Amino acid sequence: MKTFYGTELPNPLMLGTAQYPSPAILERAFRDSGAGVATVSLRRESGAGQAFWQMIRDLGALILPNTAGCHTVKEAVTTAHMAREVFDTKWVKLELIGHTDSLQPDVFQLVETARILTEDGFQVFPYTTDDLIVGERLLGAGCEVLMPWGAPIGSGRGLNNTYALRAMRAEFPEVPLVIDAGVGLPSHAAQAMELGYDAVLLNTAVARAGDPAAMARAMMLAIQAGQLAHQADPIEARDMAEPSTPVIGKAFLS
Amino acid sequence: MTVWSVIGAGVAGLAVASELVARGAKVQVFDPGGPPGPHGCSWWAGGMLAPWCEFENAEEPVLRLGQNAIDWWAGRTRVHRRGTLVVANSRDLPDLRRFARRTEGLVDVNGPKITELEPDLNSFSKGLLFEAEAHLDPRQALRDLHRQLCDQGVVFHQKLAPPRLENAIDCRGLHAREVLHDLRGVKGEMLVIRCPDVTLTRPVRLLHPRMPLYIVPRGDGVYMLGATMIESEDSSRITARSMLELLSAAYALNPAFGEAEVLEIGVDLRPAFPDNLPRIRRLGHTIYANGLYRHGYLLAPALAQGVADLALDNKHSELVDEDRA
Repeated sequence: MKTFYGTELPNPLMLGTAQYPSPAILERAFRDSGAGVATVSLRRESGAGQAFWQMIRDLGALILPNTAGCHTVKEAVTTAHMAREVFDTKWVKLELIGHTDSLQPDVFQLVETARILTEDGFQVFPYTTDDLIVGERLLGAGCEVLMPWGAPIGSGRGLNNTYALRAMRAEFPEVPLVIDAGVGLPSHAAQAMELGYDAVLLNTAVARAGDPAAMARAMMLAIQAGQLAHQADPIEARDMAEPSTPVIGKAFLS
Repeated sequence: MTVWSVIGAGVAGLAVASELVARGAKVQVFDPGGPPGPHGCSWWAGGMLAPWCEFENAEEPVLRLGQNAIDWWAGRTRVHRRGTLVVANSRDLPDLRRFARRTEGLVDVNGPKITELEPDLNSFSKGLLFEAEAHLDPRQALRDLHRQLCDQGVVFHQKLAPPRLENAIDCRGLHAREVLHDLRGVKGEMLVIRCPDVTLTRPVRLLHPRMPLYIVPRGDGVYMLGATMIESEDSSRITARSMLELLSAAYALNPAFGEAEVLEIGVDLRPAFPDNLPRIRRLGHTIYANGLYRHGYLLAPALAQGVADLALDNKHSELVDEDRA
């Protein structure tokens, strides 16, 4: 199993902590799903959400702070430093928004910031597009994990471009890859794992579901199913039927 | 006769005092801040009595217990029973469908109907009307309760409650967290604006991916615009981002709001328990009533009834989660 900067994840579900109806429901979503990693945003709670942060720490999951909502290198670097202090971790999910409507990452600033943070001792999880060259540049900047989008953040559209995601998996066979953003349904999460991705990061699909705890559990089951299916070496799709029982000797022509 | 000492004169304390007095009990109130005012977070509330809308993102008791609030308040202050209108920008129509699916007590309204209900609203093609909902002016409601209680002989002490009071009911909100360790503050920001050019007659909610944005008419062209919900306990000031989002919402409802005067900026912390539902706890000689979160006016009546049930009749309402008398 691939490790994330030397850490083996308890399981491949990374679950966000924003937008839940209440902290109690958030806690239940983590408990019922067993999600191994909790992502947490710092920027909107600048410096004063101590009670909330303590609750996140008490979830018992690995904590991956993020720089959600940052639009510039400077903002992202400052937020990363704050995260390191608050959560005492080198991990940071680097999110650098380039476009207000699609929340598409600004990959140019992303690469630059990844380099700055890596040199500063951070272990960067970059939220990126499915562009191979950007992926290569991020690895060159010191990232050891890539987190391409499935679809725009919060859109719930699933994996928009499986061709590109498959290509990315093939291009970086040794790099831990995480589908980050766009997952709306468990089938999307299962598909990501079937493609050979190492983990799935999601938030809105669970937090805004009618029953977040049930949806979190459904996501975990789907992720496990997808992972198991990938390890089981699935069959190739074919154009024609292939009977599952031999037909030779049967009077099939009669 | 037992004298009950209510500590804190925010919406929780005043509602508890009012309910106790209505049941024939003798009450005194302690609050170093004096009569209701900007020092209490209920001063900054929206005053929507909207259990059906709130149910979209809250637990079931909010819907059930909140429905009694409209009549409870109508007996004590002026309540406007004009319903709530919920609208969404065309790009957010999936959110409107989801909102409708997740709650009840609504009818679909189309563009012409929306214009008929609120002629000054910018054109929206689809909306939801929650006809049974109501709203009040929270500051007027606090003043009315305060005046009625004074008239009924309740003494208000403008000072801290003396320590080790018997028969105390602690309604201090976030100040009680040294005892109620699972209480947290949730930051809320709001604006009061004046825009006589626009007439809205009922609360209007604009769906927004991150917060329920709403505008509540206060009469005379004054509107309350709220409210952010941020997991932060820093209540020092509003952020530019929050102000932008609040004002953008108003602007989306009617561009004439762009000319509004900003009268007030409110920032405070809502006291909340982990499930965002209120609680009643009896610890020794003190009953704690707290955690109204964003449902101060909606759930204060149920909280007050629960406290009175416990204090006067030793009956445990569903809001009582701990009793160590």
